[in-house]
Amino acid sequence: MAAEREPPPLGDAKPTDFEELEDGEDLFTSTVSTLESSPSSPEPASLPAEDVSTNSNGPKPAEVVLDDDREDLFAEATEEVSLDSPEREPILSSEPSPAVTPVTPTTLIAPRIESKSMSAPVIFDRSREEIEEEANGDVFDIEIGVSDPEKVGDGMNAYMAYRVTTKTSLSMFSKSEFSVKRRFSDFLGLHSKLASKYLHVGYIVPPAPEKSIVGMTKVKVGKEDSSSTEFVEKRRAALERYLQRTVKHPTLLQDPDLRQFLESSELPRAVNTQALSGAGILRMVNKAADAVNKMTIKMNESDAWFEEKQQQFENLDQQLRKLHASVEALVCHRKELSANTAAFAKSAAMLGNSEDHTALSRALSQLAEVEEKIDQLHQEQAFADFYMFSELLSDYIRLIAAVKGVFDHRMKCWQKWEDAQITLLKKRETEAKMMVANKPDKIQQAKNEIREWEAKVQQGERDFEQISKTIRKEVGRFELIKYWEAFLPEAKAIA
Amino acid sequence: MEGRQAGKESKQPSSVSVDLQGDSSLQVEISDAVSERDKVKFTVQTKSCLPHFTQLEFSVVRQHEEFIWLHDAYVENEEYAGLIIPPAPPRPDFEASREKLQKLGEGDSSITREEFAKMKQELEAEYLAIFKKTVAMHEVFLQRLAAHPTLRRDHNFFVFLEYGQDLSVRGKNRKELLGGYLRNIVKSADEALITRMSGLKEVDDFFEHERTFLLEYHTRIRDACLRADRVMYSHKCLADDYIPISAALNSLGVQEVNQLKMSFLKLAEFFERLRKLEGRVASDEDLKLSDMLRYYMRDSQAAKDLLYRRLRALADYENANKALDKARTRNREVRTAESHQQQCCQRFERLSDSAKQELMDFKSRRVISFRKNLIELAELELKHAKGGGTQDTWV
Repeated sequence: MAAEREPPPLGDAKPTDFEELEDGEDLFTSTVSTLESSPSSPEPASLPAEDVSTNSNGPKPAEVVLDDDREDLFAEATEEVSLDSPEREPILSSEPSPAVTPVTPTTLIAPRIESKSMSAPVIFDRSREEIEEEANGDVFDIEIGVSDPEKVGDGMNAYMAYRVTTKTSLSMFSKSEFSVKRRFSDFLGLHSKLASKYLHVGYIVPPAPEKSIVGMTKVKVGKEDSSSTEFVEKRRAALERYLQRTVKHPTLLQDPDLRQFLESSELPRAVNTQALSGAGILRMVNKAADAVNKMTIKMNESDAWFEEKQQQFENLDQQLRKLHASVEALVCHRKELSANTAAFAKSAAMLGNSEDHTALSRALSQLAEVEEKIDQLHQEQAFADFYMFSELLSDYIRLIAAVKGVFDHRMKCWQKWEDAQITLLKKRETEAKMMVANKPDKIQQAKNEIREWEAKVQQGERDFEQISKTIRKEVGRFELIKYWEAFLPEAKAIA
Repeated sequence: MEGRQAGKESKQPSSVSVDLQGDSSLQVEISDAVSERDKVKFTVQTKSCLPHFTQLEFSVVRQHEEFIWLHDAYVENEEYAGLIIPPAPPRPDFEASREKLQKLGEGDSSITREEFAKMKQELEAEYLAIFKKTVAMHEVFLQRLAAHPTLRRDHNFFVFLEYGQDLSVRGKNRKELLGGYLRNIVKSADEALITRMSGLKEVDDFFEHERTFLLEYHTRIRDACLRADRVMYSHKCLADDYIPISAALNSLGVQEVNQLKMSFLKLAEFFERLRKLEGRVASDEDLKLSDMLRYYMRDSQAAKDLLYRRLRALADYENANKALDKARTRNREVRTAESHQQQCCQRFERLSDSAKQELMDFKSRRVISFRKNLIELAELELKHAKGGGTQDTWV
């Protein structure tokens, strides 16, 4: 049956559909036969899973009603796979839910679908309750963990190696569970590879955690104090989040580099991620050039959607930055409070010692103890929570920077297109001049050039369209992910 | 900043909790206080059935300098050398909070209107709290004087309470302040000299013990007080931190749609509540713990002063003894030397007796007030923790 579904005419699934989807509709397309009841509820996933078997399982009890509908949908699916909302009305779940990724990514996996008879993208409804209950991050069958940081080597050449464990039932990986050892520069190398491949086409590549020379040096030197363990722990968590975000992206998941990163035990050292290398400097120069460019390019935005989105992202960025700064201040003050309380506890104890009225003395020393316990317990716990919160905020700030980068690429693309058009015009003029001057060989040459430039213009236009489309899609996905990820730490932080 | 603290202060001694039983023949309280640009004016109300006063009930307006004058009058009075003089109330200091308010007023364009309003509210509350505290301090000072059987009979005290017009006591100018400092230095040097150089032996064990105890106690309580202050300060900073957070979350929530919006808004609300809670915890700690510590720091300083005076008297006595011996050997001016020696002896004994009494009073007072405050502190903290606990289950 899957074969019949073959490639959903993606051409129909225009980007505009996406907006319609944002009203939260439930799209259930799965093979009925493969419906084994999977153990726990699957995580809300914004992306189609490659392997359906365990994915297509029972939605929450609240949506049991959909089971019946599924069959209907399936019957319909064979006829019309275009994702027009009217069709989907009947399957609308009662709860509103955030937008769900449409089927667009399936184009990419279409060829693969053929090879396996059972797969079909399954897209889950993301109601609020689901998110709450499935907060443990299992994402459509690929689970990544980063653990066991170990120090390898010695002195300034030392580095921390992290174990990256992947559990998956996706068939594109050779095994279902495997782990490799990676170091921080490997992660950065992966990111730069992915970025170079996808960023200019318009995909939002999740940004990698930042390098921190101070932190790493401390670790290298071997200081075993709490700040360096904290640093390692922060980094580990950040790397884990980074990988999880990357694999959630359906296109990136397909990338062979990513697969290699996850699977192969030996990875060629990514040298140009070193801070002081030549590549690093080149990168910095590029960044500066880009910044200048941005100021000079004046794009007349023909598409209101982009303008609006860009504005939104700007606002969001600003607000997140502000929030982040305040949370940092909060964390800092908590640390202070904790230190001060400890100091007070000590002096209260001393006071209790010197007091000669015995009962009072006892009371005072007990006060001291109590204060100390309170200090350690309460502050550290709240502190850890906020730590996560602020880490996540900084992640978001970086993500938004990546999004802005994508928008910038679009502008560059447009610029190229414009330039190509202008050149074409010039070439045409030259041709006309040649015609007048009647120089046959030059005319030929001119004609060639014109053709060449016309092609370029067309190419530019196509590129531009493509990038715009991709961006729209990406932004939609991005918003989804944001919902999901944001809720998780909030739920934890509230406790 | 003009502010009027209307309404009666509570009749019971406030957080400083000096235990003042004692007859009600003289009741003093500060019924009103006005804060003007530079100074605070207290309205001191007295209810008395003592024969000395002309009316049963009367009130006067006093300023801080007049309190200080009264305190100094007691200290300089030889008669009260054997008593612990209640420590003078600290100067009302609104500087810090005024500065902050000014900075806020100068405006920072990045804060939203709500944030601004909240911060202003916080600052005003802080100002009010400082105001209340200073009133309480002054009141306690007067009430202790009124409760002490000897001190209440002082003529200056009566004048202070009754004299309708301005006592025309000007604040100490710089020369006097400097003189004050120098005197302190001289005093402590003197003390050191007496104890170490002259090899004075303390005859009474009780006093020996008290001395060591007080010295140690004083330094430690000063330490504890400082640290408690710091704790309170950082607690307050923490509470204030929540303001921008909840404001930012709010604005984020307003911008977003659907679920995220709800979650942001709820989170913002939560932070608001948390802030209020933290603020209350901080101010409670302040009241119960650090104020008490501070008061007893000053009180123990006063006790130390008493001991010093006694020591001084002892030294004088010894010196007089020596002088008498010398006079006897020379057989000149024996009479004067004798009478002088008698005087010193009497003084010394008088001081010792009253000092003993005072110190014991001091101890019991201290124990009672610590007990009261610590109990209240614990209860309050418990209440807050429980109130905070309900937050935990909220998601």
